[in-house]
Amino acid sequence: MIIRAHILVCGGTGCVASKSNEIMAQFEKHALANGIEKEIKVVKTGCFGLCEKGPIVVIYPEGATYSKVSPDDVKEIVEEHLLKGRIVKRLLLGDAEAQDVARSLDNVGFFSRQLRIALRNCGVINPEVIDEYIARDGYAALAKVLTKMTPQEVIAEMKKSGLRGRGGAGFPTGMKWEFAAVQKADQKYVCCNADEGDPGAFMDRSVLEGDPHSVIEAMAIAGYAIGSNQGYVYVRAEYPIAVQRLRLAMDQAREYGLLGRNILETGFDFDLEIRLGAGAFVCGEETALMTSIEGKRGEPRPRPPFPAVKGLWDKPTILNNVETYANVPVIFNKGAEWFASIGTEKSKGTKVFAVGGKINNTGLVEIPMGTPLREVIYDIGGGIPNGKKFKAVQTGGPSGGCIPMEHIDIPIEYESLVAIGSMMGSGGMIVMDEDNCMVDIAKFFLEFTVDESCGKCPPCRIGTKRMHEILERITQGKGELADLEKLETLANSIKQSALCGLGQTAPNPVLSTLRYFREEYLAHVVDKKCPAGVCKSMMTYTIIADKCKGCSLCAKKCPTSAISGEIKKPYLIDQSKCIKCGVCMDSCKFAAITNR
Amino acid sequence: MKSLKDLEAIREKAKLELSLRETTGKTRVIVGMATCGIAAGARPVMAAFNQELQLRGIQTASVSMTGCVGVCRYEPMCDVIDPNGEKTTYVKLDAEMAKRIVAEHIVNGHVVYEYTIGAAEKQ
Repeated sequence: MIIRAHILVCGGTGCVASKSNEIMAQFEKHALANGIEKEIKVVKTGCFGLCEKGPIVVIYPEGATYSKVSPDDVKEIVEEHLLKGRIVKRLLLGDAEAQDVARSLDNVGFFSRQLRIALRNCGVINPEVIDEYIARDGYAALAKVLTKMTPQEVIAEMKKSGLRGRGGAGFPTGMKWEFAAVQKADQKYVCCNADEGDPGAFMDRSVLEGDPHSVIEAMAIAGYAIGSNQGYVYVRAEYPIAVQRLRLAMDQAREYGLLGRNILETGFDFDLEIRLGAGAFVCGEETALMTSIEGKRGEPRPRPPFPAVKGLWDKPTILNNVETYANVPVIFNKGAEWFASIGTEKSKGTKVFAVGGKINNTGLVEIPMGTPLREVIYDIGGGIPNGKKFKAVQTGGPSGGCIPMEHIDIPIEYESLVAIGSMMGSGGMIVMDEDNCMVDIAKFFLEFTVDESCGKCPPCRIGTKRMHEILERITQGKGELADLEKLETLANSIKQSALCGLGQTAPNPVLSTLRYFREEYLAHVVDKKCPAGVCKSMMTYTIIADKCKGCSLCAKKCPTSAISGEIKKPYLIDQSKCIKCGVCMDSCKFAAITNR
Repeated sequence: MKSLKDLEAIREKAKLELSLRETTGKTRVIVGMATCGIAAGARPVMAAFNQELQLRGIQTASVSMTGCVGVCRYEPMCDVIDPNGEKTTYVKLDAEMAKRIVAEHIVNGHVVYEYTIGAAEKQ
């Protein structure tokens, strides 16, 4: 029997958590019950990027995209769509519902503005079947490089493409490879940084889960370019699905002779090993990562010497991020000119962002460099939910900064983001609305770096701790005007004196919020008020007598019995008993309680 | 697998299978598969379309199905939609006719007029 329909079910971490494995089992079960099990094929695929609307199921050849599918919906999809050819309209993604036709992914607003290079295979192929990767030009770049190009030509092509590191700092990848290639050594190493640690960033996980072969292929190309036969992928143990699929992909590549000895009969040897990280944020820093691969405590060391000269076990080593590698095979398949034609003058190609926070379409988006921030947030991200006002967007995680409304039209590229006090980072993008307190946000990120500081150098170990204490004071209403100056002085000296990137960038969230939201800091320090109503100790819950109907609901709900009064007369809150939990405000049906 | 040739062989085979997931620039064959269509023999017609396309290694056409369009007396029927959106409706099909439609219409671009709904209406 010929397969007439492919059912692609998202197998990314997000969708697996919302039962996509069970959905796949249900498809198999109902196909069997209807006698069409030999005509259809259920395919587990990688992340489509639209995690907010998951689990996602796409049925080809129609290309019908179903969102928020539950295992209970499967029977209807099988009986209606697969058996009778009637699309189940109520489950179609977004505005497709209103239309009478099945719509492919490309037509959905969320996808139509994107350009998918690094994510080209995510949501298209089954990551656990190497043949599907090969069908999409997989390993063609490796074959071309090994049979038709010299290592020097490979590096020249990489430099011409203008690809820069996607892990955060944006160092030109071709140059990095060249530095390692010119070193004379008996052994060199190729490493992949999959220790994705920024809160809210998950693009590397999605690439490893949805398209592991692209990373394997690129690492082999890098090995050929610099003269290395051994690679390491450093991935955190908290990514079990990514690790499992990468392992499977490596086994399949070995079976096909695309890893190991004498690859494609060219005499080139290259193999990979996985190293699991225990989840320390500092191990995303290159020198700490390599120290951890060596089996030692993950601590950074001063540079120079740079890894290209003295890296893993003191041998020349290149270290690139997952997303950087995912771009490499495409550069060789389509040419460096093609890649360099996308993006801006200094930032070429695309960048993947994990968009989260106060935004409608939480998920993964890949856009050409130079796309205005506004387009990502409003056109692709679908804007801010519940009619709230946009306040800021945080990029670059704990190393980045907050970008306010006044800069929302800037093009997204490495330099422009640094110029306004943030950075590209690995691609986390957290959107904040009017209900977010910027001092609290700065405190949150700093708390993260205080926790994750490895403790080796004093500026980071002690300095960030002191900064955090000052922020803690400010959010408790005990701040003074001089604290803001102290924060700035401390921040600048940490930036200049910390040993590694973690410490040097840790003050950024504080500095950027001080720069753009100083009046909010002043409100905390001078007026002892939190304008967004987040910092608890500064809030006073009061009942507005005019609005209170005396229904007694708040008094019943109050866990500390701080509210008292007579039915049908305005109630009162005893401030000495109030623990500021907010239950009264949430339960009041007349909006008669305020916390400002 | 050892050589470059083996890799290309795997690629060709896998490409054919994955071509089902391509939705743009394709000829779409849509077979009526409601109760009326199935009773009149639409299943072997759809199977014949699929077999013939696979036999010829055609990646630029897809076969899907639809419900009853209301002219049950013409079943089994199908629409062939060219990449430019042009639609041809073929009626009263059987497996042999399906094969001819693949050969003449999908491969060579010539509408098989004698099988169309227009020809049936004239009779």
